[in-house]
Amino acid sequence: MTESHSEAAVTGAWSGGGSPYAIGHKKLGMWLFIMSDVMTFTALLMAYSYSRLANPDWPRHVFPIWPAIAFSTTMTVVLLASSLTMVMAVAAAHRGARGAAVKWLLATMAGGLIFCGLHVTEWFHLIEEGVRLWSNPWGAPLFGATFFGITGLHMTHVLCGVIYLGVIAWGYGTSRFNGEDVEVSGLYWHFVDLVWMFVFPMVYLMSVKY
Amino acid sequence: MSGHAAELHEASHGGTTKLFLMVWIGLVVITLGEVYIAYLEFPAVTMLLMLIGLSVLKAGLIVAYFMHLRFEKFTLFLTIVPATIFCVGMMTVIFPDSMRLLNIRLH
Repeated sequence: MTESHSEAAVTGAWSGGGSPYAIGHKKLGMWLFIMSDVMTFTALLMAYSYSRLANPDWPRHVFPIWPAIAFSTTMTVVLLASSLTMVMAVAAAHRGARGAAVKWLLATMAGGLIFCGLHVTEWFHLIEEGVRLWSNPWGAPLFGATFFGITGLHMTHVLCGVIYLGVIAWGYGTSRFNGEDVEVSGLYWHFVDLVWMFVFPMVYLMSVKY
Repeated sequence: MSGHAAELHEASHGGTTKLFLMVWIGLVVITLGEVYIAYLEFPAVTMLLMLIGLSVLKAGLIVAYFMHLRFEKFTLFLTIVPATIFCVGMMTVIFPDSMRLLNIRLH
């Protein structure tokens, strides 16, 4: 191999000499995590859809406009709003405006907490109507397990995201973390938002009570 | 930093505040459209296709703009998106079996 060839091998984008994606390792790691988590939620939603299709007595008209659809629509808008505040936090971090970034991160956390509060209230509505993990008043017992399983895992992601953003807000505010850390936490938050964009129609809107 | 300079700085990292606001408004409008569709009493398959189609559109907007994938190198897109779509698509192979079970249970 000539000298110029060996230089090309070392510095070539796909030869370890450069960054083929032009992003840091933290960001690439988060993208790979998101890919794996997409599989987790897809598997759960596929299992839910499989069970719904395969069971003639599956509860198909469960959620009335009040409170279930009103609550879940509000939750969707709140989560979308928290994504917008997260975008603002990342933009502020890129400008190096630490104070503004922390404020936007706190606003995002507030959005996440409001989402969880609304969701827990919505859960209590269903529990009051007799829905449990292994039984419900309307039909196939598996409905409760799949509903609480999918929405519960998503709510866990939101709560973990709130804690994650809290750590990032503290670390970025005290200059322990940099703008890339804020951006990587933003990727996670938007992913949590993205998952809800499929849970909301598949679980709630496909089962409205006319 | 002046307003124009700040705008240019933001744009260099992918998107401006105005663009993100437009995307957000689009996402909210699509969400309200989904709720409206849910009350039109379409057949289940038609309803599912419409809602999933709109959800894929929303996911695309979130990934492209909020997650900045549109502003990253195309190699990152090629690594992440086709593989994810392929794996998600592979999971749909179970559905003919759910129809088989439904027919067994109905007859």
